[in-house]
Amino acid sequence: MAALVIAEHDHRSIKGATLNTVTAALKCDPQVHVLIAGANAADAAKAAAQIAGVAKVLHADGEQFAHGLAENVAAQVLAVAKDYSHILFPATAAGKNVAPRVAAKLDVGQVSDISKVDSPDTFERPIYAGNAIAIVQSLDAIKVITVRTTGFDPAAATGGSAAVETVTAVADSGKSAFVGSEIAKNDRPELTAAKIIVSGGRALGSSDKFNEVLTPLADKLGAALGASRAAVDAGYAPNDWQVGQTGKIVAPQLYIAAGISGAIQHLAGMKDSKVIVAINKDPEAPIFSVADYGLEADLFTAVPELVKALG
Amino acid sequence: MKVLVPVKRVVDYNVKVRVKSDGTGVDIANVKMSMNPFDEIAVEEAVRLKEKGLVTEVIAVSCGVTQCQETLRTAMAIGADRAILVETTEELQPLAVAKLLKALVEKEQPGLVILGKQAIDDDCNQTGQMLAALTDLPQATFASKVEIADGKAKVTREVDGGLETLSITLPAIVTTDLRLNEPRYVTLPNIMKAKKKQLDVLKPSDLGVDIKAHLKVLKVSEPPKRSAGIKVPDVATLVSKLKNDAKVI
Repeated sequence: MAALVIAEHDHRSIKGATLNTVTAALKCDPQVHVLIAGANAADAAKAAAQIAGVAKVLHADGEQFAHGLAENVAAQVLAVAKDYSHILFPATAAGKNVAPRVAAKLDVGQVSDISKVDSPDTFERPIYAGNAIAIVQSLDAIKVITVRTTGFDPAAATGGSAAVETVTAVADSGKSAFVGSEIAKNDRPELTAAKIIVSGGRALGSSDKFNEVLTPLADKLGAALGASRAAVDAGYAPNDWQVGQTGKIVAPQLYIAAGISGAIQHLAGMKDSKVIVAINKDPEAPIFSVADYGLEADLFTAVPELVKALG
Repeated sequence: MKVLVPVKRVVDYNVKVRVKSDGTGVDIANVKMSMNPFDEIAVEEAVRLKEKGLVTEVIAVSCGVTQCQETLRTAMAIGADRAILVETTEELQPLAVAKLLKALVEKEQPGLVILGKQAIDDDCNQTGQMLAALTDLPQATFASKVEIADGKAKVTREVDGGLETLSITLPAIVTTDLRLNEPRYVTLPNIMKAKKKQLDVLKPSDLGVDIKAHLKVLKVSEPPKRSAGIKVPDVATLVSKLKNDAKVI
């Protein structure tokens, strides 16, 4: 038996979350295969074959995979599932969308969002917004898993030389169709992969201020921008910037929280960051209880000052 | 068209849970319980669809202990027409809940099932997708906008990097994200009205569903504590610490 990783990709290249998932898979089984279900995705398959530790790449190609529709991707995973003891997805929007369909069809439970592999059938996962850690044993023959990428180091993207095997693509389900997407295009690093994140809270007061104050700092540091739920709910920042229990889980080298009080559900999304800086004028803000460096100051003066001090 | 809205009774989102000292779980005795916030958004959405005349009946469903009746009454106070409780004291995992819901989908034949994307207790994010797979219905998860027309649902989804819109054929399963709507406050007259609405109680065995556990929780522990660092007096000190001590910039 072997472990199968369902790759996250853009048809041309492999997304970073795939690499962390490969690391988790190698802790479950030394033999790791990667499935690329994509449209004209030969380049992505080639890239997957180079990931260190990957023994084989399965490549299913067809227009029905162009937009990663859950019905089609799950059917493709099921078509090859019987050969595997573990099926792992990154716990991204795409992975979370598909994995439970696979588990249900196999009549197995799913272990969501694992942060550690204790043994091939026992995993650790955060529950209650990370306020508790559960050690969970899967009682099923096939383990369907989503992997919290911040819990595992990425596998090296090069150094491997796996064979790419073409597998027959399943037919389109016909029940679901892609209409369109609005994906923000910018030069910033992806939130979940960024080394530095500058994140803003409700204290920013408006969308204009959010951009005016935080963008120069993010530009200076080459950082991704994030936001608290309060800031997103208030419309100061786009939905997919939300860091927290139900948003993105991040663990950058440096997380700068400006005007974020530090609600439990926000802390759940960022408390594994290596270094946390909090800038807040409220000395009692809970964010200070997890910050390595707390600066009690008005962010509207402190952040521009910080930009200046960084030269 | 009927809409089925599964709702889960969970520890209220304002409560900071404590891990039991014997490591068997978290202590939920005498803790405030509420409807899972994402499910509340689902109920609100279903009721709005009814108010727009697109839906004829909203049925709330919960699976779990007797006290889930309170959660169902809340759903009916928001505007659900009737409710079904599948009552059991057994621990229910997402696959078991999905199987129970599948049996109810077959019985009630809803045109749409709308439920929260994840419960804030076990943070699983599985039930909607599992239900879609078991019923062979299309799914649109993490919805931030739902439009119903001509036997289809056009659903805008929150995905990594932005938004995506799908068109799915009804009947279908939709799971809600935070920004789909803002649930209304329930009013006292509506709470009173909800008390008189129909609430049927079934057992898993009535539906012929096996609810065995597929996962075993071996231990629940406190996460490693992150201790507070230091307060810095000014920006210059902060920059110096980040450069020289933490070496992250």
